[in-house]
Formats: sequence, structure tokens, C-alpha cells
Amino acid sequence: MARKPNPQRETPSNVSKEELLQYYRDMLLIRRFEEKAGQLYGMGLIGGFCHLYIGQEAVVVGLEACAKDGDKRITSYRDHGHMLACGMEARGVMAELTGREGGYSKGKGGSMHMFSREKHFYGGHGIVAAQVPLGAGLAFADKYLGNDNVTFTYFGDGAANQGQVYETYNMAELWDLPIVFVIENNQYAMGTSVKRSTKSTSLFGRGEAFGIPGEQVDGMDVLAVKAAGEKAVAHCRAGKGPYILEVMTYRYRGHSMSDPAKYRTREEVQKMRDERDPIENIRDLLVTGSHATEDELKAIDREIKEIVNDSAEFAKESPEPALDELWTDIYAAELPQGSAEENA
Amino acid sequence: MATEILMPALSPTMEEGTLAKWLKKEGDEVKSGDIIAEIETDKATMEFEAVDEGIMGKILVAEGTQGVAVNTPIAVLVEEGESADDVQAEKVPAQVAAPSTKEGPDDKGQPGESAVEQVKTPEPDRSPDYPEGTKMKTMTVREALREAMAEEMERDPTVFLMGEEVGEYQGAYKISQGLLDKFGPRRVVDTPISEIGFAGIGTGAALAGLRPIVEFMTFNFAMQAIDHIINSAAKTLYMSGGQMGCPIVFRGPNGAAARVGAQHSQDYSAWYAAIPGLKVVIPYSAADAKGLLKQAIRDPNPVIFLENEILYGRSFEVPDLPDFTVPFGKARIARQGGDVTIVSFGIGMAHALEAADKLAAEGIEAEVIDLRTLRPLDYGTIIESVKKTNRLVTVEEGFPVGAIGNHISAYVMENAFDYLDAPVINCTGKDVPMPYAANLEKHALITPAEVVEAVKKVTYK
Repeated sequence: MARKPNPQRETPSNVSKEELLQYYRDMLLIRRFEEKAGQLYGMGLIGGFCHLYIGQEAVVVGLEACAKDGDKRITSYRDHGHMLACGMEARGVMAELTGREGGYSKGKGGSMHMFSREKHFYGGHGIVAAQVPLGAGLAFADKYLGNDNVTFTYFGDGAANQGQVYETYNMAELWDLPIVFVIENNQYAMGTSVKRSTKSTSLFGRGEAFGIPGEQVDGMDVLAVKAAGEKAVAHCRAGKGPYILEVMTYRYRGHSMSDPAKYRTREEVQKMRDERDPIENIRDLLVTGSHATEDELKAIDREIKEIVNDSAEFAKESPEPALDELWTDIYAAELPQGSAEENA
Repeated sequence: MATEILMPALSPTMEEGTLAKWLKKEGDEVKSGDIIAEIETDKATMEFEAVDEGIMGKILVAEGTQGVAVNTPIAVLVEEGESADDVQAEKVPAQVAAPSTKEGPDDKGQPGESAVEQVKTPEPDRSPDYPEGTKMKTMTVREALREAMAEEMERDPTVFLMGEEVGEYQGAYKISQGLLDKFGPRRVVDTPISEIGFAGIGTGAALAGLRPIVEFMTFNFAMQAIDHIINSAAKTLYMSGGQMGCPIVFRGPNGAAARVGAQHSQDYSAWYAAIPGLKVVIPYSAADAKGLLKQAIRDPNPVIFLENEILYGRSFEVPDLPDFTVPFGKARIARQGGDVTIVSFGIGMAHALEAADKLAAEGIEAEVIDLRTLRPLDYGTIIESVKKTNRLVTVEEGFPVGAIGNHISAYVMENAFDYLDAPVINCTGKDVPMPYAANLEKHALITPAEVVEAVKKVTYK
């Protein structure tokens, strides 16, 4: 579909061609992966709940661009994009969606519950807002151990109305925890729009009551997200405590696969896709700034398609977990590797 | 290459649906993301988006058709120049079928883990907790708990204590008295009154590898935090395929104190003992309080450590050893006897032992077993004792429905039915919210007299 090029947009001078291509690639991987997941769901290969991240790709890709090794991340059940963006393998994520042995949780977690100690990805949480104090606990551990790691704690506009968020804000600021609270405001908590759930619609502004600085960010623009993320991360690494980013974004698909999406018009979704799509946005920058040719971009598209198709094949062929797995991982015999004990 | 479009599953439970409307006709161009059809599930009418690009070659299922099974081919998408008829001839690659979820019991399952197969009760561990002749010292349960925390905090720098009033106030029940002075505010962390918040923060810190001790001023307040205890702490190891251990202790007083009313007087033993992924500890004596708390802090799993306000001030003999721990899943035979087995835990032990003294005066010798941990539970010691006495009474303070005693009764019935000479009796608290009035409260709680009465009933005396 033809898009109106935005004449005001120019490539910021501090962003390299390589970075732009990387963001394009990372966002496209999430988009194509999620489309494939939707397809496998339709075929009955993925069961239960499946929450797609399509439309919100710039949020996590922009913030991952600010992360260093050792930083942690934790999010809700809409988690596939976060896992791909922090470097987890598409194969392992897709195979978890199909409930197979090759999945990150050996098929025992599912779409909403995946983890990677190696990539410092702490889930994948199915209870709305539960990840917020958990994220503060991860940040607490880093502060306790005296390193300069930061925890990215993602939650939605819906979770922002849960009480535990504010208990966490209070303690995070009280103890100067190195945590970036990322509110992914996609404007709908399942079927309830922000306007229908609160009169204080400036969600980042709620941090003020606790002394936490914050700002609103255009979440359809990966460069804007990255710029805001760098500021937030610098604040945390400097030991100044938490920071809130309210990233304004939009999910194109329903809340989950079984959402008929009658709470918004088709036109509203289409308008976002046509005018604000984060991937088309960066594609425009690459082409108009002569950073990449159409052929180069097509080559990336093909490469991504291959990764995604390969992950789907792997996810179909990986066997179901052995029945013995029912009885494992209920109790740990010893602490898994990478625990703080080794670093203390 | 042509692609079949299959009837999609649009909800976790959908098996078939109605193809309500086609929005693309044969010959129409289809792009990824276009809505091609409307499909009615049992819940709603859903728009069905195309994933692949192409031309609608042939519609295989007409609109209005009801009961279309998921994965039935409903249309064929072709590329430019291709004819749908050609496609019909060459079979489109078959989709990989979804794994069946309707399998019956599988012979690969672990023996003994099915509902009907007899579980082999493990042999009880009857080794002494400490060597004979060990020097003993008298201390209260409160002092024992404090000493356990102090020793473990000295031993392991990742252990810290957090909770309401644990620091400057020196502990609401003085369990943590002196710890702030000794270890400083980094490791003795006063929290605001935010149970769900600090339970979640503690759990997160444990996922990152620290070893938090989270004190609840009482377990009644932990109901505000129970989502993190169950959903975040207990289940994450399993949900992560073994990657995310959560070494955390949630501790504090549990059960009735005295005259504090219904909201401050509940015994949560059976609640937490119901959850796989948790370990549940409920000591009676000071020695067990110390040895089990040290063990709990070292355990790589979430541990619920249930204390009792009334027991805090009671004194017991504690082994004077530099590093005394008590393993989980090992009950203690507090008193030996051959006429009846009384199984209890926590403050229930006080009633059980008092009853046993009274019974002994009447010539009935009770064997009193202190479970010490409810998860893991020492089934072996119970079964062995029941095989000897042939009679069983359980004693606990909690509510009667879904009590620990109910579970033990069921287990004994399944595993030692032929040894029982009388039905098992569960002595529990009454099935009422805790009243405030002194006389009513006394009647709501379990008493030694009730235990005596139950024992007489099962011994037909």
C-alpha cells in the first residue's frame, strides 16, 4: 500500500546506517515471527492464549538498543517480541509456542511463560502487573550486588491501573533502584480503552507522586524510543533511581487470538498501519536517506523469512516433551547457574 | 506455489465454526493482512486475515456453511498465472497435524504417579537430629529464630531480611532484634506497608539469585501477597523448564494468637501445603525452629515458614552446635507409645503432648508425631506408626475442610487400610471465623480435652 512519505523526517546525524539496518531487521523479525505464530495458531499448532506484538515492535527494539550486557528485562504475557529482541533464538520461542521439547521452557511454559537466564530475560508473566514488583526485585539484586546493571520492566496501560505498580514505584524510588519502567501504552487494556479506564490519562505522570521522573515517547518511531531510552538508562546507571517511559504504541491485532476486536473500528487500525507503521517508517528513512537500496532491503526480507520459516519447521518437528517431564523442575536440587551467589 | 487456506482455530477451545461470509471473491488479489472472511465461533464473529499473498484461486467452502472443522481447507490461494484447477490436481502439502491432547494414561508415565497406582511409601529416616551427648542450651523459639537468621546471614552474604518493622523497630515480635545493628540497613531492610509489593520484590531478587528472607508481620497479611507466593515464586522453576530457581523464605507468625479476631487468627498450613513448588515448614520446638529455619534459608526453593506467636516465648532445649540444621521431610517422634498415633504440627503439638500426658495417666500410651514439614511430608513415619498402633488421630488448629488431617486420613486409608482398627479422627479448629469473645474463642480452637476424647473414641475406651 502506498504510504505518504513524511517530508520532515530526516536521518538523525548520530545514527549510523548499520544501526538503522539493525533496527529494521530486528523489527521485521518480530513482525514476521508474529504473523507466522498467528498462522500456526489458526492451524491448531499453538494452543491456549497467544498475544501478538504486531505494531509495537519499535518499543522493544528501541529500548534493547540502549541495553548493555548484564542488563535485565521482564515483561507481561505479550512477550514474543521482547525475547527475539534480546537475542533469544526464534526456534526456541516458536517451539515453546507449539509446546515442544525444543522450546525455551521445554514446552512447560507456553506463550506467556518463557525465560532465558543466559539473555537475562526473566519472563513472560501471565498475571497483569505481577512483573512490575518482580522487575524491581531484579533491580534490587543488582543494587545489592553493587553493579551498574539496569532492569527494563515492561507493562501495559492496563497493568498501570493495578495497585502493586504503585507499591513498587514507592519502594523503587525510596531505595533508588536502577529500573526503567516501560509503560507500553497500546491504548487498549484488552477491550477497554485508556479513556474508559482512568481520568488521569497521563500514565507516566503518575510517577510524580513518588518523585519518579518520566516522559511520554512516540512508540511508533524506533529512534525516538532509543533516544528516550538512553536518557532513562543513564539516569538509572548514575544511581539516581527509577525512570518511567510511557511509550505510545498500537497493537494491530486483537488482545489475544480470540479477540473479535469490536471495541475499535477497522479504520482506526488501518490508519495507524498506513500512516505510523514503525517498520515502514524506518524503511522510508533507509531508502530516502540512500542508506539502502530496495534490493538490499529485499535481501533482508528474504533472510528474515527464512529464519521464521525455519523456526516454524523446527517448532513442528520438535517432539512433544517426554512424559517424565511432567515430574521435573518442580523443585530445584541446587541453585541454577548464574546466580548471585557466585558474584557476591 | 499454491497454498491452501485452512479453517482457522480462533479461540483456545474452538473445534469448528461457521464460515459466515467471504470478503474476497475468486480471482481477487489477496495481500497479507487483508480480511478474507468472517468466521463465527461459539463466542464471537471474527475477522480472518490472510497470511500469504496471492490470488483467490478457488473457494472450497461456501459462505453460510456451518460446522466447518478447524483445519478444513476452505480456499486455495494461487500465484499469478496459476490455475486453481491445476492446484486441485496436485495435492497441496498436508499440514502437520496438531498434537493430540486427548491421550489416555500412557505406559511411559512414572510408576506410582497415576491416580490409581499404589504409591510406595518411603522408609522413614529415624536417625537422630544431633549426636547423643550433645551439649544443650535453653532458649525461646524467638531466640532460636533470631540465631538461625544471624548465623545464616553471617555464612552467606546473599542472605538478607526484609519486611515491615524488621529493622529500626527491632521486629514487631522482636524476632529480628539486634539484626540491624549487626548487619546494617543494606541487609535488614525496612519496607513500607506494601505486602504484594515487597513480596514481589523479594521474589524478583530471589530469581536474580539473592536469598531473601521476607517477614510478614503475620501470615494473615500475606493474603495480600499470595499471588507472588504462588504464581511468581512457586511456579516459575517449572514454567521456565528448570532455569529460574527462587531461593526465598517467607516467614512470620501464623494461626491464632489471642483475642485478635477473625482477620488476624487464621492457620494457613493447608493452603500452602496444597501447592507444588513450595516447601512448607511449621516448627513447634525451639530446636526445630532453629534447625529448620537454617535449612529453609539454604534451600534453593521457595519455603513457607509458619511460626506461632504463642510459641515465640516458650523455652526448649536446643543443641549447642556451631551449625545445627534439621532436614525437611523428616518427622520427629516426640513421644513413643503403642496404643494410638497422634499426628500434629506447630502449636497443635502443644495440645497433642498435653493430651498424651493425660492419656498416660489413664493407661493409654500415645505415640505423638511432630510432622515439622508439611511439604515434603514424612508419610513413612506416619504409616510405620499406624502399623504399630492401628489407630490414628490428627491434631491441627486450622479449619476442618481441606485440612492436613484430611489428606493424611486419605493417605493412610489408601496405604494402610488393613492396619486400621478404627476410623481416623481429625481434630481441627471449628468451622467458624475466629470469634473475639474469650469464651467463644476458646471453643473455636482445638483443645487437649478434645484430643483426649478423640483418642478414647478410636481406642474404644
